[in-house]
Amino acid sequence: MSLTTHFPLCFLFSLFQMQFMLLFSRQGKLRLQKWYVPLSDKEKKKITRELVQTVLARKPKMCSFLEWRDLKIVYKRYASLYFCCAIEDQDNELITLEIIHRYVELLDKYFGSVCELDIIFNFEKAYFILDEFLLGGEAQETSKKNVLKAIEQADLLQEVRHRMKSK
Amino acid sequence: MPAPIRLRELIRTIRTARTQAEEREMIQKECAAIRSSFREEDNTYRCRNVAKLLYMHMLGYPAHFGQLECLKLIASQKFTDKRIGYLGAMLLLDERQDVHLLMTNCIKNDLNHSTQYVQGLALCTLGCMGSSEMCRDLAGEVEKLLKTSNSYLRKKAALCAVHVIRKVPELMEMFLPATKNLLSEKNHGVLHTSVVLLTEMCERSPDMLAHFRKLVPQLVRILKNLIMSGYSPEHDVSGISDPFLQVRILRLLRILGKSDDDSSEAMNDILAQVATNTETSKNVGNAILYETVLTIMDIKSESGLRVLAINILGRFLLNNDKNIRYVALTSLLKTVQTDHNAVQRHRSTIVDCLKDLDVSIKRRAMELSFALVNGNNIRGMMKELLYFLDSCDPEFKADCASGVFLAAEKYAPSKRWHIDTIMRVLTTAGSYVRDDSVPNLIQLITNSVEMHAYTVQRLYKALLDDISQQPLVQVASWCIGEYGDLLVSGQCEEEEPIQVTEDEVLDVLEGLLVSNLSTPVTRGYALTAIMKLSTRFSSVNRIKKVVSIYGSSIDVELQQRAVEYNALFKKYDHMRPALLERMPIMEKTATNGPTEIVQTNGETEPSAVEPKHPPPVTQPANQANDLLDLLGGNDVVPVIQTTMPTKPASAGGELLDLLGDLSLSGIPPMTAYNKNGLKIDFTFERANPNPNIAVITIHASNSTEAEMTDFVFQAAVPKTFQLQLLSPSSNVVPALNQGTVTQVIRVLNPQKVSLSMLTYTHKGSPVQDLAEVNNFPPQSWQ
Repeated sequence: MSLTTHFPLCFLFSLFQMQFMLLFSRQGKLRLQKWYVPLSDKEKKKITRELVQTVLARKPKMCSFLEWRDLKIVYKRYASLYFCCAIEDQDNELITLEIIHRYVELLDKYFGSVCELDIIFNFEKAYFILDEFLLGGEAQETSKKNVLKAIEQADLLQEVRHRMKSK
Repeated sequence: MPAPIRLRELIRTIRTARTQAEEREMIQKECAAIRSSFREEDNTYRCRNVAKLLYMHMLGYPAHFGQLECLKLIASQKFTDKRIGYLGAMLLLDERQDVHLLMTNCIKNDLNHSTQYVQGLALCTLGCMGSSEMCRDLAGEVEKLLKTSNSYLRKKAALCAVHVIRKVPELMEMFLPATKNLLSEKNHGVLHTSVVLLTEMCERSPDMLAHFRKLVPQLVRILKNLIMSGYSPEHDVSGISDPFLQVRILRLLRILGKSDDDSSEAMNDILAQVATNTETSKNVGNAILYETVLTIMDIKSESGLRVLAINILGRFLLNNDKNIRYVALTSLLKTVQTDHNAVQRHRSTIVDCLKDLDVSIKRRAMELSFALVNGNNIRGMMKELLYFLDSCDPEFKADCASGVFLAAEKYAPSKRWHIDTIMRVLTTAGSYVRDDSVPNLIQLITNSVEMHAYTVQRLYKALLDDISQQPLVQVASWCIGEYGDLLVSGQCEEEEPIQVTEDEVLDVLEGLLVSNLSTPVTRGYALTAIMKLSTRFSSVNRIKKVVSIYGSSIDVELQQRAVEYNALFKKYDHMRPALLERMPIMEKTATNGPTEIVQTNGETEPSAVEPKHPPPVTQPANQANDLLDLLGGNDVVPVIQTTMPTKPASAGGELLDLLGDLSLSGIPPMTAYNKNGLKIDFTFERANPNPNIAVITIHASNSTEAEMTDFVFQAAVPKTFQLQLLSPSSNVVPALNQGTVTQVIRVLNPQKVSLSMLTYTHKGSPVQDLAEVNNFPPQSWQ
């Protein structure tokens, strides 16, 4: 992996931050993309393309971490989906694996034995769940129960057809 | 107008497309429908349409025309609309475009909404993609929410504050009051995000760091409770209570304990406790251990604790899980400088990791192995590393080769071993060796005087095998050019000398010239080597012929060399032996060896006296004989007046770029010039460590009543030796002997005669004078 290209300066502002999370299939089709740093559409596409290629080229026996540009990539495959996070130099890769796992558990609980199709057809829900679990790349809630409860309540709100008035 | 199709139906339809073209057609059709629906300002289905747009965006299709629609959704009163609207904003809006600022007001309103889930959406969006302007505008709202008792909102506000601080660091102060009671929270979500917020503040501001140090006891207590408390189903992960919070606390402790003895001491016990009690069978336990190790190594921990940490890493190295091995190697690499001995104990395990299948593990193991090499283990380690070099992927070879050279240079047990190691690298990974290694190796070989015969023999044999690896070929050519006489005379002591004739050697070198495997640089080396052999071999005619052929080479570099060498044969034959003499021992410059990224232009040929080095040989032919003919308009000062540009890896540059210790050598000073009130004295010293160089300091003093300005001293010398004139102390020689201008000249082999030219301005008129200096003390040119 050559380090000939560089990320824009905005990436150098903190030591611990998840920069983005990507979910993609074994064929390289993107299923979810969450960016926690500002990048143009073009840059996002370029990064996604390169990273997907890099991760898909990895052999099964290899470890879940790789260096890519200035970042550390933590990825794990669950059935047909790759979950891929980009973290910064000082971050703890092992706990990032746990973050990924927690997200998968949340999806699993919500959808009931989640599979890729659930994520495809309900991608907006996958985002909502992620946004209840992480905020700005950090975990906002460490209790599985609480995350799921919040989602449940919010879903109920969607059912409410009456207009809501603000304060 | 029929209702726009539902999201899931669209997804289903698109997935039935069998080709990219088919998909594109469907998408275009749907986009057109969505666009017209947007134009009609259809409120009912806006949400559905935007959702579909988001799906198509994920497939890679443009969706910017939906940006404003997202804003409209956010402004809507329906929760469903807001949810999709905010999601769309996060996916489609770019903080670089002004459009996103239109969100600010909506977010502000929603931050004050009566429903916490709406507030949550706003906080999430702001915390994910808020631009600096938005953050500035809304920081106050966030700060308010940070103080609320609603833990659902409080935790989100904390992370939102983190984002605000990252975007607008000056705003950090305003969040300080709200942090007061954050750690007293029972809610883990709030605790976790609070610790993240505190961490961010401490990292960014030394004042904050000092301020928050008092939290250490509280943090220690929280951590202790987590470890000691019984099973808590809500936060349990494989028997560990809230690992995420534990890791975050450990990280904050690290930052607080760094460079602070008291804090470090206060956390000592808890760190030991975590290190010894954490369950290591699953990844989650190891994640905590890993963070603990990082913390122990960074703070001022007592040595017992540090050893404990390194041992944990050592155990990690033996773990079946390759992820664990990987982080162990990474951490060991960070600590190898400070805790070298402790890490040495795990050397064999580390070396084993060189054979790991995983590229990242291999790389780390390689870096760590090099860091662990020392005088005691050099032979064993080098064996492993050379084996690794043989079999590793190409991406490693350059770094590995450089590492081997560096290690060999530092710790080589013997010169023979050193040369052998270099040979091994050149022959096995020759094409990956960095360009700057070539001059470094040449210098090394030159300085290993007793190994010259052995080296040239081995290099010659390597050339017979393979001429494709350019660095090897270049080093070999140079050596053959230099030590060809030793090669043909069969003087090798270290191994069985080979029988080789002059013609065979010349065959090989000429072969390099014509081979299309050779790069232009290599050809340059080969030609110069052949030229040098003209003073070492007897087959001068053959060499003359080769050189003259290349006088019309298409390669300009080669042509120039050939032309100049031709000139050497024809007109300057008397100078040829001196010019092509054996190289003296070269100095090592301050810059390091192979791992330094030195920008050599590849053309730098490390031969001591190249005719084309200044002074350029293309000057008129009578130059050499007419040193005194200054009025002929020839340049009398081919000599540089200021210091030579540093070419650290070039031998030619090195000879002149030695600012080593000067030691007084007992050579008496002399007056070189004394006329019209200007007196110039020479004092002598021998350069140390190269005694062949005389360092002459000129002292110019002025006994007239007017000062001499624009004083310039120049010297001309025959081209058989080199001279370097450093910058003068000043251009003004003060009047009445009130001071002297000094200037240092470094000369290799000064002769009896040299010429100086002086120019200066005195009382308004320029003065120029020439002087022949011929009263050098004998000791100065021995």
